[in-house]
This record gives sequence, structure tokens and C-alpha cells, in this order.
Amino acid sequence: MARKEMTFKIGGEAGQGVESSGAGFAKALARAGWHVFGVQDYYSRIRGGHNFYQIRASEQPIYSHVESVDVLLALTQEAVDRHCGEIVEGGAVICEECLAVDCAALDKREVSYLPVPFTEIAKERGGSEVMRNTAALGAAAGLVSFPFEAIAGVIEDNFRSKGSHAVGINLQVAEAAYHFAQDNYAARSNYTLGRVEDAPRRMVIDGNQALSLGALLAGCKFVAGYPMTPATPILQWMAAHGERYGVVVKHTEDEIAAMMMVIGAAHAGVRAMAPTSGGGFSLMVEALGFAGMAEIPVVIVEGQRPGPSTGLATRTEQGDLLFVLFASQGEFPRIVLAPGTLEESFQAGWRAFNLAEKYQCPVIILSDTFLANSVRTLETDALDFAGVQIDRGALLTDEDLDRLQGEYLRYAYSESGVSPRALPGHPKAVYQTTSDEHTPDGHITEEAEPRRRQVEKRLRKLDVALEDMEGPVRYGPPEAELTLIGWGSTYGPLREAVDRLNAQGRTVNMLHIKDIWPFPTEKVKAALAGARRTVMVESNATGQMAFLLQAHTRVNIDHHVRKYDGRPFSPEYILARIEEAKNG
Amino acid sequence: MVEFQDYQSPVRPTWCKGCGDYGIWNALKFALSELDLAPHQVLMVSGIGCGSKTPDYTRVNGLNTIHGRPLPAATAAKLANHGLKVICVHGDGDGYGEGLGHMMHAARRNIDLTDVVQNNRIYGLTKGQYSPTSPEGFRSKTSPEGAIDRPLNPLAVALAAGATFVGRGFPAHLRHLIELLKKAVAHPGYALVDVLQPCVSFNRAYAYDYYQPRVYKLEEEPGYDPADRTAAWERAQEWGDRIPIGVLYQVQGQPTYEDQVSVLGAGPLVKQRFRMWTEDDFEALRSEFI
Repeated sequence: MARKEMTFKIGGEAGQGVESSGAGFAKALARAGWHVFGVQDYYSRIRGGHNFYQIRASEQPIYSHVESVDVLLALTQEAVDRHCGEIVEGGAVICEECLAVDCAALDKREVSYLPVPFTEIAKERGGSEVMRNTAALGAAAGLVSFPFEAIAGVIEDNFRSKGSHAVGINLQVAEAAYHFAQDNYAARSNYTLGRVEDAPRRMVIDGNQALSLGALLAGCKFVAGYPMTPATPILQWMAAHGERYGVVVKHTEDEIAAMMMVIGAAHAGVRAMAPTSGGGFSLMVEALGFAGMAEIPVVIVEGQRPGPSTGLATRTEQGDLLFVLFASQGEFPRIVLAPGTLEESFQAGWRAFNLAEKYQCPVIILSDTFLANSVRTLETDALDFAGVQIDRGALLTDEDLDRLQGEYLRYAYSESGVSPRALPGHPKAVYQTTSDEHTPDGHITEEAEPRRRQVEKRLRKLDVALEDMEGPVRYGPPEAELTLIGWGSTYGPLREAVDRLNAQGRTVNMLHIKDIWPFPTEKVKAALAGARRTVMVESNATGQMAFLLQAHTRVNIDHHVRKYDGRPFSPEYILARIEEAKNG
Repeated sequence: MVEFQDYQSPVRPTWCKGCGDYGIWNALKFALSELDLAPHQVLMVSGIGCGSKTPDYTRVNGLNTIHGRPLPAATAAKLANHGLKVICVHGDGDGYGEGLGHMMHAARRNIDLTDVVQNNRIYGLTKGQYSPTSPEGFRSKTSPEGAIDRPLNPLAVALAAGATFVGRGFPAHLRHLIELLKKAVAHPGYALVDVLQPCVSFNRAYAYDYYQPRVYKLEEEPGYDPADRTAAWERAQEWGDRIPIGVLYQVQGQPTYEDQVSVLGAGPLVKQRFRMWTEDDFEALRSEFI
């Protein structure tokens, strides 16, 4: 029977091409008209270990992965051992005959064991066992009678840079495995994934890429960073596009240099961004305070991963929320955005630069590994490229400065706290910027009165910026017996949990907080006004958003669902915890 | 013509009487005005310490950053607007302690900036702790039994890191320091100017009386060729009875970092207008993901 939805999981060692096969299959499915959500899980090593890539395909738009697996492609014994239990009734495992599979256990759940000689096919048709992953991909497609030309197109794209020979042998391997699976197993397969007729072209994109697109279109011209998972792809994407679109990208000696470079570039007048993770952000903190004191508009992307310290380098967590809100000595305004979807990542990518220049302060985009690395299909107009606006705030042009009467005061006291900014280089605006407290002309002072007035001036910017902070996004019915609250990357799994609960006849909605700081207290309070029972769902151990929300709104959260094992929430996990809470 | 007076700020220095920073400050103002650079064409970036207050006392675009970190900010300001002359001014605690790594990377990048290090071999602003260039056995508030660390040789470090200009000055020889700074500022690429800066309050043993009889000018040494890297390396080791000042090393014709950034071929980044995005651009970006 034709399926409306199914999940593939490819598991193997690092170096076996699990990620590239998974990403390739996701793209092939998208090209054939399926909505796709892809999530990867890998170890911090170049070879060995156990990695998997999970792809969910559906005829309907999807926002999350699910735990249940329909077809497992196991390249190693470990993949068999770890994941056979996740296969649903009627599902299948494809692997080599040499791997030990507990067929009795599979039979009980009517899971088919489908051996395919990946290594033999790879060696015979491609001349090397390296192409086992290509064979696995072909076999999976053959099993579900997925159109081979869609797989072939992705193989051609992936291997084009390696030459026509590489393309040719990979195609031969894929085709042989495809026919092996189709000839031997398709007739008794419970799954058929054809082409979805009349589906539009869709993009397959991840959070890092969506964010990078937003930054690029916003006129970000300088990016400095030091590679750190999960933010490295932002640095690389910008580097790959720098020459064509006029962006200078600097891989620095460390994250302190990255932050100082972003400050130097922004001070000189270009839009500048530093992508990093919690460890790198820790190094940037002193410079962050300098940007706050000197009112220099910088954008930082903090892709969270589990800490403290190196933690789980390649996995996900939302444990840095309070850290980014309060990092650095002293008090100064900063703005924190926490996108939860690709659309919000794109929007944060450009909005951050406007907010930074409008309020002349650091803006931090708080992401995480799950959001950064997971791919989803998007309609081609889902990211509104043409809708990107550029607002440089109170930035004085050369013409403004030509007309300037009297002395230019970079840090003039003002009602909004924002002082018109001149860029260094104009004869009428030769001025000082310092990390010390300063007078309106930028000179160092240690006097009480200008200190008091500059502190108040800077902090007033937060009051004004509050107007630009968007309130929580609600999903589900306005009136509900249960309100799930989340922020950042929990959006997708929460949304599906809401759908499933409502499908069971309950009335459940969710609130997704995406603009974090200055905390939009009144907007959050208003959104919570009708909530009856509340559950806060967040990927950390101490309930950082719950703390923040309760401190600001004085609204108590009834129940908490937290996860801090480095793995993302799934809809099933959230539902199970909610069920426990109901019974408990 | 730019005059020395153009760099005069109404803000007066708070340095101690007799501090070597006065001489370095004046030498900078002379050098910049004699090069006919107007204050608005210059960005003076500093760190933290007595000498890092130099921009605050100078009528110039100043970026007084945090301890040890002026070089990356100066580097990126140059990349963002290579029309500016970028001068970094900081002390030995800043440049050779907290910021030593940044110095080596700035040197190997050959970014076009002048790095003036006011090297008084002591922490002055924090009132008397030993610095990375304090001699072995140096007694200070944090080395009461005498420093165990051997002193850093900044000129050798800069040479090893690939600096294309390495010099040393002494503010008591003001005209010599001015000419040295002019050569450094005019040099296209990273130029280190280490300045023997007397600290009359916390390091009297290594002040004017110590250096006066010891320093000699490399320009007056017969046959000394600053383009000879081996000779420069040898002179960089010289310390004690004879201390060389002047241009230790200068190699011409090396491309700067910013010369090699293709995007900057279209002019200073800050002057490049935001791209007028077209539907073709959008389609090119979208198609990467389809």
C-alpha cells in the first residue's frame, strides 16, 4: 500500500558516509515531492563510533522527527543492536547477512529481515567497499519502489566534483542494490514511496543555513569565527559565499579574537557577525561587555550544545539561556533572540542586524545543535527573501556630518538612550570610544555624575527595545485545558505533540517564546492569561526558561518536562511525560 | 598641511612626571603630522594600561579596547575600512602578556598596521608587578623572591612570526623615534615598534639612566642592512651593554593581508553599498537547497 508517511534510519560508523547518504536521500525524497524532516546524531570523532541519520517523509508538512522507525538501514552490528527495537510492527531492517540479527524478536513484531550484500555489490559494481553506503541507499529506495531517477539525480549532484568516473560507479552500485531489493523484497514490502504528483519544488535546508541566508541578505559583510560545533557550518557557508556576495570572512586564532574582530569591523561601520557555541562564547564574554559599554552593534550566534565545558560536543541542549542573558561583568543592554524554526532562524538572521544597529548593542541569536543541523523541507517562498529590510538606526551619513554644527558627541545623552553614531573617518567627527566609563564626547571619566547618566542612558535602550520584542507564538486553539510552553528548537516536537493530543479529543495549545531579552513580560503575561494548566518543556536540567518566566510574570508553571541527555525532544517523549504527569 | 597642533587634545595626560609615555605620545603626533596624515584619517586602537590611554589624550579617532585585545580589533577595522591608517598603541603587559598570541597572528598575516608597544618591563597602572619583559630575578610585588620566568624577547618573537617590519625606539632619542615611527607607519604591512619606555615610578632600575649609555642606533652601524633577516635575528639577541635601536628588520614588497582579500578589490568594505538583490540572486540562493 502507498504510505502517507514513513521514517528511515541509516546507522553506521563515522567515515561510512551515513550523513551524506542520509542528506542525499532526504534531498531525493524532497525532489520527489515528499515533505522531509532529517535529524542526525553523531559522535565527536572522524572514524568509528556510531552515527545515524533519520529521515521522516510525509505527504503533509512535518516539523519534527519521531522515534518510531519504519525501515532501518544498518551498516554495522552496533546499528542493528541499537536500533532494531525502534522498528515498528510491519517494518523492515536491511543489512548484510554477516551481521547478527535476532530474527525471533523481529518476527514477533512482524518486522522483516531483508539481507542485502552491500559490500559485495559495492566491490563488484564499484570496485570498492567504500560505496557500501551508496548500495544501502539504493537498496532502501528499491525496497519501497522509490523512483530510481530521483536517487540518481542526487548521486550525480553529490559526486560531480569528484568526476564522471565517481558518478558512474556510484550510479552502478546504487542501481544494482536498487534492483536487488526491488526484485527480492518489494513485492512483500509494506511500503511504497512513489512520486507525489503535482508537488511544488521545495528546499531542504537546516537552521544554520536559514540563519546564514538571513544574515547575508541583511548585508552582513564581515564574519569572524573559530570552528566549533554546531556553529562551524555558518562560518563555512559564509566563507563559501563571501567572494560572490562581498563578505569578508576570517577564521581567527581564537574566539576572543573573533569577537574583537567583529567589534573592530562593526565600529568601522560594517555589519559583522561571530558564530560560535557556548565554549567560544565563554571566551567572548569580556569583549561582549566592551561592545555593551562602547555601544558597538555586533551580532553573535550562540549554537548551544550540552555543557559544562566540552560536554557532549556534537549534541543538543538549551543550557546556556541564563548564561547569555547575564554574561559579562556590569549591566548593559543586550538583545537575545531564540529562533525555533527555519523561518524564525532566517528572520533572526536579518532582524539581529537591524536591532543591533537600532539599539547600538550586542544581539545574540541563541540556537542549538538540533535546530542548527536538522533539515526540513520548505516551500520556496517560505523564507521571504524580498521582505528583508535594512534599518541602520541612528547612523550619520557623510552628508549629515558635513552639515554638523558644533562638536560631535558620540555618547550624547538622549531620551531613547541611543546617540547618533558617526563612523571613524570623517573630519567633523573625530572621536574617542573606550571601554572605560566616559563623558558624552567619549573621553574617559571617573566622575559620579556622568557615570550615573551614562548607565541610565544605556539602560534606557532596553525599555525602548521592548517594543520590538515579539510575544510568544501560539499554536492550537485559543482556549485549551492544557498549555505547553517552550522556546527555541522545541517548537517542532511540541507542535506535533499538540496535534496528537488534539487528535485524541483533548484541547491543548502551545506557546513558543522566541524573543527572549529584553523579556517581553506583558506580551507573555497576555498570552498566558487564559491558560488553565501549564507545562514548560525545555532541554535543560534546571528549568532556565521557567525561572525567567516566573520571575518576570509571577505566573507559576504547573509542571515541567526537561531533557538533558543531549538528545532532542521527540513528540512521543513529550506525550509520555505529559501522560505521567496526568497520572502522577 | 597637517600640523602637530592638529593632534592636540584638550584632555591632558594623567601620566607621572618623567614617564616615557610622554615622549612616545609626542613622537606619534610628530610622526603622523609629518606624514601629512590628518587625525580623521587615523584610527588609534589601544588596550588597557597607562600607555593605552594615549588615544584619549590625542585628537584622533580612538578605540580604547580591553586588556590585551587591541590587535584583532585593529585588524578588523583595517579590513572593514582599509582607507584608515591604523595604529595600535599598548604596553608590554597588554601586548606581550595578555595579547602575545594576537601579536604573532597579526605579524604572520601582515595586516597593514603599526603596533607600538610601550615596553617599560613592569606593570605600572596596577602599581608594580613584573611583566613578560622583566629580567630574570626581577623583584616586584608579585615576584618578591625574584622572577623565575625568563624575559620574552619581543623582537625575536616578531621576526619568528613573520613580521615584515621590526624596530625598537627610545623616547629620549625623540627625533630618532619619530623617524622610526614614520618608517613603520609608511611600511605596508605589520610593523612592530617596541619602545623602551622608562617607568620612573615603578621601575627606576630600568629607566633613562639604564638605557642612555647602552642604546646605539642601527642606522649608524656601518654595513647594517635591515633587509638581512639573519643579521636582524642576531641583533635581536643583543641585550645588556649594547642595546640596538632603529629599524632592525624591514622586508619590502610583501603583499599585505588586505591586498589579498578579493572582496576588498572593490574598495573599502564600509564604502561598498549593500547589494541590490535581484530575483536571479534569490533563485541562485534557493537552488542550492533544491
